[in-house]
Amino acid sequence: MKTLVLACLMFPLAALAADLEATLTIKDHQFTPSELKVPAGKKVKLLVSNLDSTPEEFESHELNREKLVAGNGKATIYIGPLAPGKYPFYGEFHDKTARGVIVAE
Amino acid sequence: MFGSAIIVFRESLEAALLIGIIAAATRGLAGRNLWLAIGIGAGLGGALVVAGLTETIAEMAEGAGQELFNAAILGIAVLMLGWHNIWMATHGREMAAQAKSMGNAVRTGQREMSALAILIALAVLREGSETALFLYGLAAGDGSSRVSMLSGGLLGLAAGVGAGWVLYSGLARIPLRHFFTVTSALILFLAAGMAGQMARLLIQGDLIRPLASPLWDSSSLLPMDSFLGNLLHIFAGYEARPSGMQVLFYTLTFLVILAGMRWSRPRIPQAT
Repeated sequence: MKTLVLACLMFPLAALAADLEATLTIKDHQFTPSELKVPAGKKVKLLVSNLDSTPEEFESHELNREKLVAGNGKATIYIGPLAPGKYPFYGEFHDKTARGVIVAE
Repeated sequence: MFGSAIIVFRESLEAALLIGIIAAATRGLAGRNLWLAIGIGAGLGGALVVAGLTETIAEMAEGAGQELFNAAILGIAVLMLGWHNIWMATHGREMAAQAKSMGNAVRTGQREMSALAILIALAVLREGSETALFLYGLAAGDGSSRVSMLSGGLLGLAAGVGAGWVLYSGLARIPLRHFFTVTSALILFLAAGMAGQMARLLIQGDLIRPLASPLWDSSSLLPMDSFLGNLLHIFAGYEARPSGMQVLFYTLTFLVILAGMRWSRPRIPQAT
């Protein structure tokens, strides 16, 4: 397992190229924008900014991503490269109101 | 109320099932219950600390702190589960033959149990800190629905613990002859699944490459939010859209532990 971790850490880190960034804001347990367009085929640095005082969990089965965002906190989530299409996401702690979709095109 | 019950149930389920499997797999080891209690207690304490430090952890490593932290926990858990299985391959047979611990097994058994207590503490810490944050959010939220949401949370926790207990009693009914085979197989899949999760987190933090992403998409056949998909996700690390790197981590971990189990198995049954 150790060698496995080491081998993987030696993969060239792809962070050198300037990242494309996109921002989502959580307020009153809702995501803005609720539809976020990102370019297909590129890695995107998604910044989630939580303006509520309560924590939220960004979750998307389609994106294969899951991350806690503290109350009044920020989180960085790398997504993609994505094939063109729609990728719904939601806030697990308030899944009735906190819903949105990422559109890769 | 049921919304919060389901969330807490899902968060507590993974830790509870792991504890159920470990508790069953260490049947007969001296001091087992004490070690389990220590592990759970330490994990709960740690969960509160981690929940309080969420923002600090998240900001470390340029925003990838949460991923690194959870990946490290999963990495340690994988090592310990792997080690447990290899240890069981060596000692399980004699323990099954004698149906109780003895001699050398008692001494190494204590080391084994202390390592497993750490494993349980880490699992409780990981799932528990998310649950604590969620419940904190409820408690800090608007007052009217607070009580019903919190009681829902408690209900969910009770259901999670209950599921762990059902798994434990189910496993305990398996005849000793097959018992170690079943628990070892469960732990092998569990460890591989954790390694896959570890890869997902490292990719999410942009620390490693995803390789092909996704390598396949079986979400129309078996979605992650279906009951069976969820169950397979918890027990065997099923992913509907895994990246190539996740599958690589999964497969390598599976094979390395399996090879370790085969090699450490005594060639001739020990006569003691």
